[in-house]
Amino acid sequence: MQLKPLARSLAVVLSLAVIAGCSSTGGTQDGDSSGSQDGSGSGSGSTSSSGAGGSGQYGSGSSGADGSQQADSRIPDVKTIYFDYDRDTIKGEYESVVMAHARYLRSNPDAEVVLHGHTDERGTREYNMALGERRANAVERFLNIQGVSSSQMSVVSYGEERPAERGDSDRAYSQNRRVVFNY
Amino acid sequence: MHTISKVWLFCLLLAMSTAASANLTIEITRGSDQALPIGVVPFEGADGMPEDVAQIIHDNLERSGFFDPLDRSSMFEQPSEADDVEYSTWRSLDVRYLVVGKAERTDSGYRLQYDLMDISGQTRMMSETVTASEDDLRGAAHYISDQIFEEITDIRGAFSTRIAYVTAQGVGDDTDYGLYVADADGRKSQQILTSDQPILSPAWSPDGEKLAYVSFENGQPEIYIQEVDSGNRARITSFEGINGAPVWSPNGHRLAMSLSKDGQPEIYVMEIGDRSLTRITDNNSIDTEPAWSPEGNRLLFTSDRSGGPQIYEHDLGSGETERMTFTGNYNARARFSPDGEDLFLIHRSDRGFQVARQNIESGRLVTLSDSTQDESPSVAPNGTMVIFATQQGNNGVLSAVSADGRSSFRLPAAQGDVRDPAWSPFLNE
Repeated sequence: MQLKPLARSLAVVLSLAVIAGCSSTGGTQDGDSSGSQDGSGSGSGSTSSSGAGGSGQYGSGSSGADGSQQADSRIPDVKTIYFDYDRDTIKGEYESVVMAHARYLRSNPDAEVVLHGHTDERGTREYNMALGERRANAVERFLNIQGVSSSQMSVVSYGEERPAERGDSDRAYSQNRRVVFNY
Repeated sequence: MHTISKVWLFCLLLAMSTAASANLTIEITRGSDQALPIGVVPFEGADGMPEDVAQIIHDNLERSGFFDPLDRSSMFEQPSEADDVEYSTWRSLDVRYLVVGKAERTDSGYRLQYDLMDISGQTRMMSETVTASEDDLRGAAHYISDQIFEEITDIRGAFSTRIAYVTAQGVGDDTDYGLYVADADGRKSQQILTSDQPILSPAWSPDGEKLAYVSFENGQPEIYIQEVDSGNRARITSFEGINGAPVWSPNGHRLAMSLSKDGQPEIYVMEIGDRSLTRITDNNSIDTEPAWSPEGNRLLFTSDRSGGPQIYEHDLGSGETERMTFTGNYNARARFSPDGEDLFLIHRSDRGFQVARQNIESGRLVTLSDSTQDESPSVAPNGTMVIFATQQGNNGVLSAVSADGRSSFRLPAAQGDVRDPAWSPFLNE
């Protein structure tokens, strides 16, 4: 457990290296899970249009710092990332999503994001509240390591109280274990 | 006649407050093979009464799991007073106890006279006259049920208690949440709070007059205290992070809760009078779901300090903390039995998340429910039953199981999800 932050920063360094190289293969996968209805959250003007195409919004070819310049002026379309059962580890396939938000927040120091942490319905409500907070905190730490100011971020856990999908299927569960970026 | 007036006043207040209703119905899902056979004969003069008092008593006794009431259609005699009871008739029906009674209209309502008979001993065990206004007949039936239950089992009845619960209708961001209070049989429900943001973790004050709960109405979890009858409410905490799992100390002066303002959820105790906080736990893991021991000197809580969630007990006097659960890798949200000898909790078995009871002295844990997605166990004030939330199809429903696991019933709602039940303390001291 204590090793996790270290492991996470290692992962960040690695992912940076990968992204600098090229690769946006994860993009297509992220795209389809995001474009669906659960993209935005509650609260303030959820501007997300539809985000159909998915891939490409982070710059395809040699992206890195320069190529994403114009993309950094608007809030990334993909606002939800998903987690494994009982885990708060940001999966490799979603690091590009979090990186895109990091770039946006760095280039827009006035922008603020509320990270909503959610769990599936299994287990007890208040314990899930804590697990949802742990997920959102993991994303906040990741963004912080990426240079996003703590003053731009806050965390609210909803635990299992606001499932994106109802039902007790594995599919519903996996849609509910998520962190949503709310601007 | 002793304590009745207070009960009636209470019922009267209850009856006066009208609100959106979401009554729950009862489905007995498992009957105990050790239930005592009893007959509750329809009361003479009950025709035209707004409530069937004998039927309410019958249903209460059946729901308790202690009794197996005889079906009315099998009663070929329907006596209304002790002198008319033919013991041999009822013995041939294998009935051990019999309740007979009559109702009389009075200027202000009804006079209910009933006798409890011991069929095998051929004696009258109890006789009482109760008066009730027309609106109070359900309350009167619950009171009579309490008297009969205690006379036979020596355990105080808990039929005149209430339950609080949370409803949710809709999906995702378009969900409406409601906080309700109803009689222990699911009837006479009244909505006491409605919100388009989550409501959870209702907890009764020991006097049964207030509820503490968590509301997200301002975009983050905050703890509130609300008077049930007046609706007056006050926000108690609004710290950064989680404000959760409030529970009242037995003396009603303090509230234990989980706050994550320090970075991760920790157990705190708040002095309600001056809102001062005492931090109980201090470590890097999740500490939540506190529960007071009956004497108020110890706190149970859920912690994942050993990896997965397990139950720990903190002694407020010595400051010592002890791990209580060792069976399986998920034990959470524990509550003490009223006698302090058992824990009721959510245990993950190979079948799923189930209500379980662990004897504290022996450490032995047994699962009580046969459902697989159970949450939020809450113990009746007499310790005989545990109400909890579970799933039926895609809907959340309330369910209850006896403390020995022998009998159970379900309280489905007409629509939407029902969850987070909290059983009130005794309301008629």
